[in-house]
Amino acid sequence: MAKVKLLQGNQACLEGAISAGADFFAGYPITPSSEVAEQAATKFPKLGRKFMQMEDEIASMAAIIGASAVGHKAFTATSGPGFSLMQELLGYAANAELPLVVVNVMRGGPSTGLPTLPAQGDVQQVRWGTHGDHSIIVLSPYSVTEVYYQTIRAFNLAEQYRTPVILLMDEVIGHLRERFDVPEGYQPEIINRKAPESKENYLPFRNTEDGVPPFIALGQGEGSRYHITGLTHGESGFYSSNPQVVDQFIRRLSSKIEDHVDEIAEVEECYTEDAEILLVAYGCSARASRAAVEKLRAQGQKVGLLRLLTLWPFPDKLVAKHCAGKKAVIMPELNLGQMVREVQRVCPSDVPVKSFTKIDGSLFTPEEIINFMKKGGCL
Amino acid sequence: MKAVYEKYFRSNLPHIWCAGCGHGTVMAAYALALEKLGYDKNDVLAISGIGCSSRITGYLDSSTMHTAHGRALPVASGAKMCEPRLKVFVFMGDGDCTAIGGNHFIHACRRNIDITAIVMNNNIYGMTGGQYSPLTPYGKKATTAPYGNIDHSFDLVELAKGAGATYVARGDVSHMKQLSDLIVEGAQHKGFSVIEAMTPCPTSFGRYNKTPDPAQMLQIFRDVTVSVKRAEKMTAEELEGKILTGVFVNREAPEYVEDYQKLIDSFQGGDK
Ligand code: SF4
Repeated sequence: MAKVKLLQGNQACLEGAISAGADFFAGYPITPSSEVAEQAATKFPKLGRKFMQMEDEIASMAAIIGASAVGHKAFTATSGPGFSLMQELLGYAANAELPLVVVNVMRGGPSTGLPTLPAQGDVQQVRWGTHGDHSIIVLSPYSVTEVYYQTIRAFNLAEQYRTPVILLMDEVIGHLRERFDVPEGYQPEIINRKAPESKENYLPFRNTEDGVPPFIALGQGEGSRYHITGLTHGESGFYSSNPQVVDQFIRRLSSKIEDHVDEIAEVEECYTEDAEILLVAYGCSARASRAAVEKLRAQGQKVGLLRLLTLWPFPDKLVAKHCAGKKAVIMPELNLGQMVREVQRVCPSDVPVKSFTKIDGSLFTPEEIINFMKKGGCL
Repeated sequence: MKAVYEKYFRSNLPHIWCAGCGHGTVMAAYALALEKLGYDKNDVLAISGIGCSSRITGYLDSSTMHTAHGRALPVASGAKMCEPRLKVFVFMGDGDCTAIGGNHFIHACRRNIDITAIVMNNNIYGMTGGQYSPLTPYGKKATTAPYGNIDHSFDLVELAKGAGATYVARGDVSHMKQLSDLIVEGAQHKGFSVIEAMTPCPTSFGRYNKTPDPAQMLQIFRDVTVSVKRAEKMTAEELEGKILTGVFVNREAPEYVEDYQKLIDSFQGGDK
């Protein structure tokens, strides 16, 4: 039996974190993500888990890094201005290969921007915001129920790949109150960072076949008296500028994720098999796109939707395959055309890719998307 | 002393510190303190920021973390909150702690979380080549204050006191035993402890301020430092230009992690 209740996206996020086994939250108040912190502050102590309100978003990231280093599943939640402040330590977490989850409930930017209105302007920042080469995993839920599942997945992926994972929500998804469709007593699969076979001669950044070094938490007895640094390091964890070591390390930071794009990246296909026109969308823009596709299908138009549940690593091959042979590919986004760059990059050159952008703080309506397709001569 | 070194230092590393740098003495004082405290090395977590001082974590044989510039304290706070049984020490430089990490510092003081913070104060940014820090005295020279510093410096002890730290002390490397004892006392104190360790940087501070000789810098430390106890018997004139050392604050207050645990216990919750 489905447990039918209404929940806000930000609340569903906390429920997902609880189910995933997160036991530490550190954050700083910011609209439109504060409900995640409020929920954690209320529920965590009752569950024997811990909440800390920090002095800023830099400290929030720092605190969850500390928590992760001693073996805990930790997360924070923020929005644009706070997320910008987190970039420094997001790079640290990537470099030190510490699993953690950052929830970014996007709002309009740049700067203070539109605190309570939706935008999808952070989709490239999540990937490239911190300095230096690395890869990262970014998930984009499009409903309240999906926020719950994606939050669990975010923690699992963080643990599996020893990496920060970003759950990228739209303001409207975070604040949306809708049916929460998770079966009563649902028990998700939980992934924990893998332990080394032996604690003897432990190498915290060992080059393994899958690119992910086994983990011993700091302060956990045998094997745990090792060093973590944000400096480029070899397998032992100590600084190295040896060109071979540096090359291997930096390449591994990317390849441990990019090489597993097929397992990580998820898409949802909606009327794609026989579609002549393909919409590619994510988050709240995928909701309007889906409604547009349903309407057009009812009129006999061969339109489909490829919904990206994972924005990064970008599933190049999968998207290319879906774009191939289409009359046109259309990407509606609440920004000036950010993810469309990726679609253009991988789409066969004979297929036109059109970017439909909106940055006025309002959502796409299905009609707007249909009109855009008509004006562009797609329909 | 040799035994202590062998026990608490990692043996496989050369260190980066210049000849005459005071940081090695701070490290020795810390090792002596650990010996006195009798902590199991496996229970010690040492966390540092960025700078010459912060390289210390690379040389210590415990769980260690070299974090980002200014961020050691909030990293340590998250770790301590999650694993209260760990003995958490934080090493910072003066710029690291009071400039880029200044906000984290005052809030860690205010929160009274059970961490021992050792601030290795050499009044300068050493690693980047001698730029002035918030603890560079007024009028002193630095590569970014070639005509003399017109910024007014913090008094770290007053800053920590004002921000609410429950243990505040100052020592210096010319009095190694005192410094070590202060670290012991700070570690045993329940709550947030700040120990300022005055340490000479002949390379980046001394060179620009007519004291490039390490021995001379140590002598200056000896000359200007006065223990708070001895200062009680001294006149205002005698204290002119002196720097007080010893314990300035040692008071009890609810500790952050314990308070949170009380909250958890009040719900009798626990899937931990
Ligand atoms: S520059 Fe100064 S602080 Fe840095 S190692 Fe040399 S003497 Fe020590």
